[in-house]
Amino acid sequence: MSETSEGPVAMRTRLPQAFRRVDRAVLTAFGCILLLLFIGSLYSSNFLSLDYLLQQLKVASFLGVVAAGMMLVILLGHIDLSVPWVMTTGAMMACAAAGFGTLGPALAIPFGVVCGALFGLVNGLAVAYLRIPSMIITLATNVVAQGLMVLYTGGFSPSDSAPAAVRWLATGHVVPGVPNAILVWALISVAMVVLLSRTSYGRSIYGIGNSERAAYLSGVDTRRVVMIAFILSGALSAFGGVLLAGYASKAAQAMGDAYLLPSIAAVVLGGTSILGGRGSYLGTVAGVILITLLQSILSVMQMPEAGRQIVYGVVIIAMLLLYGRTPASR
Amino acid sequence: MTEWRYWLNEQRGTLIGLAIFLMMFAVYIANHPAGLTANVAQTAANKGVLLAFVAMAQALVVITAGIDLSVGMIFILTNCLASWIVVGSPLATTAGVVGVLAAGMLCGAINGLLVIYGRLQPIVATIATGAVYFGIALLLRPFPGGSVNEDLADAVTGRLFGVVPASLVLLAAVVLLVWIPFRRSVAGRAAYAAGSSEPAAFMSGMPLRRGKFAAYTVAGLFAGMGGLFLTFFTYTGEAAYASGGGYTLWSIAAVVLGGVSLYGGRGSAVGAIFGAFAARTTGDMLFVFDVDPLWQPLLQGVVLLIAVSIGAAGLLRVRNRLEWFR
Repeated sequence: MSETSEGPVAMRTRLPQAFRRVDRAVLTAFGCILLLLFIGSLYSSNFLSLDYLLQQLKVASFLGVVAAGMMLVILLGHIDLSVPWVMTTGAMMACAAAGFGTLGPALAIPFGVVCGALFGLVNGLAVAYLRIPSMIITLATNVVAQGLMVLYTGGFSPSDSAPAAVRWLATGHVVPGVPNAILVWALISVAMVVLLSRTSYGRSIYGIGNSERAAYLSGVDTRRVVMIAFILSGALSAFGGVLLAGYASKAAQAMGDAYLLPSIAAVVLGGTSILGGRGSYLGTVAGVILITLLQSILSVMQMPEAGRQIVYGVVIIAMLLLYGRTPASR
Repeated sequence: MTEWRYWLNEQRGTLIGLAIFLMMFAVYIANHPAGLTANVAQTAANKGVLLAFVAMAQALVVITAGIDLSVGMIFILTNCLASWIVVGSPLATTAGVVGVLAAGMLCGAINGLLVIYGRLQPIVATIATGAVYFGIALLLRPFPGGSVNEDLADAVTGRLFGVVPASLVLLAAVVLLVWIPFRRSVAGRAAYAAGSSEPAAFMSGMPLRRGKFAAYTVAGLFAGMGGLFLTFFTYTGEAAYASGGGYTLWSIAAVVLGGVSLYGGRGSAVGAIFGAFAARTTGDMLFVFDVDPLWQPLLQGVVLLIAVSIGAAGLLRVRNRLEWFR
């Protein structure tokens, strides 16, 4: 949020009222989105069509849901590296639950999300109460989730396909023309904005990110806040996996592998400090759209996988160098 | 306190790592159908040395209070590069080896530049450079293949005098010729000081930037040695994403098992070597105890989870409740 970010006050007051509360990083991110659309439109006029943009938003919504959870954790100054297999767990468990009796299909989505939340709970307990560095414990739970899923599937991809409700959630239409996945992302986004800026829980997340000691001394139950953030992150990762399974109409092993780096990159490119305590949700939305567009343009240009990885890494480093640097310490 | 007690205190993590390894290896050998033969030792050493190089690389960066999530990808990149250039006449092979090691150092140096002069957070910066390194590896080897000078490969992965695994001798030589000089140099001390307390080190006039840069570069060198050794071990180059990610993960586990503090400033690359061998032995133990292959990933994950939880939990050492919150 802008009140916690330090910028030259004189420059800030010259900006129009509407922009004054918006981070410079968020503006840069939106500027880059426009630039990418412009480059894309030079390549093909389809890039500015409504269909294409809606399609991109639909693809972005899976990443958006995951990145929302990741942002909560990063705002605390932690990181969640268990995203890939928690996503896969959520998707596989939702598909598996659908096979159980008549109640199964109705409970499929909640069951998948709860499984993700359980992994989040393990992460949260370990980070908040056992003080294990989040990077380490989430890497380890990622491996445990992978082991469980390998055991569950018997080493090969399960054939069970996504139930109708899951597919409807990802690809159906409540509002004509707008895929449900976008609506889901929008709802989660509204909830995130309210959570971060209008609740004491959200404010204590920013507080802990800035200084956990100070937050603790001001009476915040910091360990509970951290634990809940990890649970939310796990649940949102799993939910992203469920949506992805609905989109692909089945759950597959390693389906979440392509989401770890983008989700972190989206949050960081949106101006959230990786050290925690600073950043706005609007920036994360911008980061998610930016990364989805970048991926789309690279694949439209038929860039091979190798080139995509390189461009991807270079772009992220370039953007970080533009505005993701930690302040000079001396 | 006398001199040796200081020394013991400083080496405590490394010694615990050694103890964990010896204990696990003893259990492994006791249950191995063949017992401790030269063959068993050679296989165990070769597999352990692979991870040991990557773990040493990780240890160097962790000592500066950073983390390198690209070590596995440097390892894969140098493996793919070696499968192209470490071939032919002795002269060409030597040039190839030098080239591969230089490539590893370059990768490490880029990480160092981004972290030190770019002032980026090590986690994000190395995730991004890892993607770039993997992309380059994929460009070099879109499909697994290539070859390596087999005489050299067999010599390095074989046995000396029919008993001693050559890979262990090689590893010991690297420790003596690279790690110990680095540890004793001004740059090495600065790297430790940077991890221990950067402001204090800065105030004492330590060459912090030089120390950290040297640590990242030597880390790249170690990862490059690992990639080279992988090529000697498998005779091919392969840009496998899962393998790179796995090595990064286990290098962190090895560092923790080997008593290197993730907060920086404590531990040594030698500890990371013992940690790497201990981590490898967990995998071998599952084999010896004839565990269903389907259960192996889960059991390895649980072992990893327990190991890092014990190694990293700082709760027991804390006297003042405020010290929970760094």
